[in-house]
Amino acid sequence: MRDLERPAEAAGTTSTAAPAVEQDRPARASGPDTRSTLARLLDTGAGRNLGLVAVLAVLCVIGIATADTFATTSNLLTILTSASIIGVLTVGMTFVIIGGGIDLSVGKVMALASVWATTLATQSYGPAVMVFCALAVGMGCGLINGVLIAYGRVVPFIATLAMLISAQGLAERISGKRSQIVTDPTIAAIASTRVLGIPLLVYFFAAVVAVGWVVLNRTTFGRRTFAIGGNLEASRLAGIDVRRHTVLLYVVSGLCCGIAAIMIASLTTTGSSTHGTLYELDAIAAVIIGGTLLTGGRGTLVGSILGVLVFTTITNLFILNNLATEVQNIAKGLIIVAAVLFQSRAQRANP
Amino acid sequence: MASPERGAPPLLQMHGIVKQFPGVRALDGVDLDVAAGEVHCLLGQNGAGKSTLIKVLAGAHRPDAGEIRWEGRPVTFGSPHAADVTGIATIYQELDLVPGLSVAENVFLGHERARLGFTRPRELDDETRALLRRLGHPEIPPGRELGRLSAAGQQVVSMARALSRDARLIVMDEPSAVLDPEEVDNLFRVVRELTAEGVAVVYISHRLEEIRRIGDRVTVLKDGRTVARGLPAPSTPTAEVIRLMTGRTIEYVFPPRPAVPTGDPVLEVDGLGRRGEFADVSFSVRPGEVVGLAGLVGSGRSEILETVYGARKATSGSVRVQGRAVRAGSVRAAVRAGMGLAPEERKSQGLLLAEPVYRNVSLPSLSRFARAGFVRGGAELAAAAAVTAQLDVRPADPTRPVRTLSGGNQQKVVLARWLLEECRVLLLDEPTRGVDVGARSEIYGLIRRLSGQGVAVVLVSSEMPEVLGLADRVLVVREGRVVHQAPAEELDEGRVLDLVMEGSRV
Repeated sequence: MRDLERPAEAAGTTSTAAPAVEQDRPARASGPDTRSTLARLLDTGAGRNLGLVAVLAVLCVIGIATADTFATTSNLLTILTSASIIGVLTVGMTFVIIGGGIDLSVGKVMALASVWATTLATQSYGPAVMVFCALAVGMGCGLINGVLIAYGRVVPFIATLAMLISAQGLAERISGKRSQIVTDPTIAAIASTRVLGIPLLVYFFAAVVAVGWVVLNRTTFGRRTFAIGGNLEASRLAGIDVRRHTVLLYVVSGLCCGIAAIMIASLTTTGSSTHGTLYELDAIAAVIIGGTLLTGGRGTLVGSILGVLVFTTITNLFILNNLATEVQNIAKGLIIVAAVLFQSRAQRANP
Repeated sequence: MASPERGAPPLLQMHGIVKQFPGVRALDGVDLDVAAGEVHCLLGQNGAGKSTLIKVLAGAHRPDAGEIRWEGRPVTFGSPHAADVTGIATIYQELDLVPGLSVAENVFLGHERARLGFTRPRELDDETRALLRRLGHPEIPPGRELGRLSAAGQQVVSMARALSRDARLIVMDEPSAVLDPEEVDNLFRVVRELTAEGVAVVYISHRLEEIRRIGDRVTVLKDGRTVARGLPAPSTPTAEVIRLMTGRTIEYVFPPRPAVPTGDPVLEVDGLGRRGEFADVSFSVRPGEVVGLAGLVGSGRSEILETVYGARKATSGSVRVQGRAVRAGSVRAAVRAGMGLAPEERKSQGLLLAEPVYRNVSLPSLSRFARAGFVRGGAELAAAAAVTAQLDVRPADPTRPVRTLSGGNQQKVVLARWLLEECRVLLLDEPTRGVDVGARSEIYGLIRRLSGQGVAVVLVSSEMPEVLGLADRVLVVREGRVVHQAPAEELDEGRVLDLVMEGSRV
């Protein structure tokens, strides 16, 4: 919405137009903030997520009402555990989308990393090398994406689509389309370990979110991510190395894929080319319903995580109530549409 | 050349047209009458209201007051479609064609010949071929993808499109700007054929010689008003036309000019060129000096500025700041060397509109407020607040989104950015575009103050008085070349306009 000029302003965009025609509604320039309280509340980071918190609360009420087991600790931990892998991918996706890009390859890069880290050869070197391998494969794929996009000027959609397809192929090639069993006890133990009663995977998830939040909101890297997504040309003219930054964004996303690969290898005790199918769409959907603009420049990590939790809670509700997964997907689709409609209303109230 | 018919009511009469935009009257009582079969030239400086007027004529803007008569009958154009149906076609400066479609598809875009929703490509091609033949360009194949044609070819297509709608009045906004001399000859031949058939042409150009060659009558606009209507184009002296265009009513208040600074130049540009845009540009700027680049839109002024800044890569020549060469084509190198740019399109090139003021101010200098990559928000906000207060950005709340500020205050935010970065060379491209008259003198004061602090300023502006009033030295740019260089006191508006327009290629 914000990029649409009013007709009166559009008049000034041709090069010979009267200079003074490009007035920027000076009426708004001064005086107190006249927007409605609701609009102002929705403009704050926390406010924009309020809707999602409400949705989550409604889902919990439905859960408690329809299934006795919903509110048990073990069920809540199940929800968190199943959210953790998609959640880690979503953190990387949030960076990329706020920076004005998109990464379609996350699911299959994760699969490739899980396969590469669990070959007999890699496993023979022990758990540290397996972890290193997964992270290196993820970051390497991200680097290729980033270089193609920033220096090769390939559209992000296409570059990462190509990466999705070739990562899938490479993962099948390495694994011979078979699931590779994780024999290393340390890696296998990650998913089953609990600390203070909470699965280690959930700590992984929380740690990635925490680091991601700090980087996005407290560092120059995060600030420049918003700047580049918000106005690439202005960022370039302000002296920011936008190409290097773009590469780094995709490397961050790749790193998240590597971390997720270790998590999924541990959870399923396999590395497989079938892991992560369509995870990229779930991650994108979570980012979008979390209030991040698909065009970049605006968004919150907390919103994305709430988006992930909403989706996993829905899945959990359907399982507890023995409902078909087809219906579940319809519900997810409706939620995406409802969330985006709600957000565009809120934006219009606050132009 | 057809002469206007006397007696019959003119094809088009516009009387007392007023168009108000927030904060400015773009048109303040414009009169224009155009007879069938004439070439009517519209003249005026940048900002005189030409573009707004043709947008009113094309139905893109609704006038707030005034009357439009078509063949003597009052009409209103509520939409571009209404103007189209009446018989007015506009060929805009930036051609509004679709590069991916074929020539024929472009000609009939919006009024495709179709039956039951199915297009009839054969029929389209035949009609397009006939139109192109009429325009003297039978060699353009109707099936060719438009994007593969030259600029001149695309213009012919644009004209074919106007003809296909049986336009009786064609508005041409600087049609010759993209053409070679032979192509201009051909354009004129087509224009004469059209007028011989009774079509009226409203012709906008900055090249006075062209107007003398093709025009029948001239209407001059200045500051949104008609200052002369229906002058005979071939016989009105150039000096008279320039006098009409420049006699100002808007007050420009410039701060007094301090003594011309001495000292070693901080910015030295030597033989700078960019293939196809400009060549052999050399100048130097001392600390505290303001150098203005005067020229028409499209003369290469902005390109020169952006190349000095590294936003475009120079193909020849060098740029030095304080004696040290700056790597070509690298904005980062330029910023490190101490340059700052306030770009021409403030909204699309300068600002993060949704972000608060202080984040826009700290954008280039963010790492100064960071330790190990972590931004110290308090220090950043305090520093940004200090410079915005110094420049009197209103409202004085640095956490407000930049979007909610007026044009003048947005420009101050861009200046504040470079003040915070402590830049030594400030490049300003149209610093008062979209800034209302009151805020302009404030911006002028700021530019003077910055130069008083020893900043070297290079200023590009379409407003001649602005360049002459602010700059110590003026470079006149025409078609990618510096054609004249002189201290500002030795020049006046008429002299610069003369240099900029009269000698231009026909």
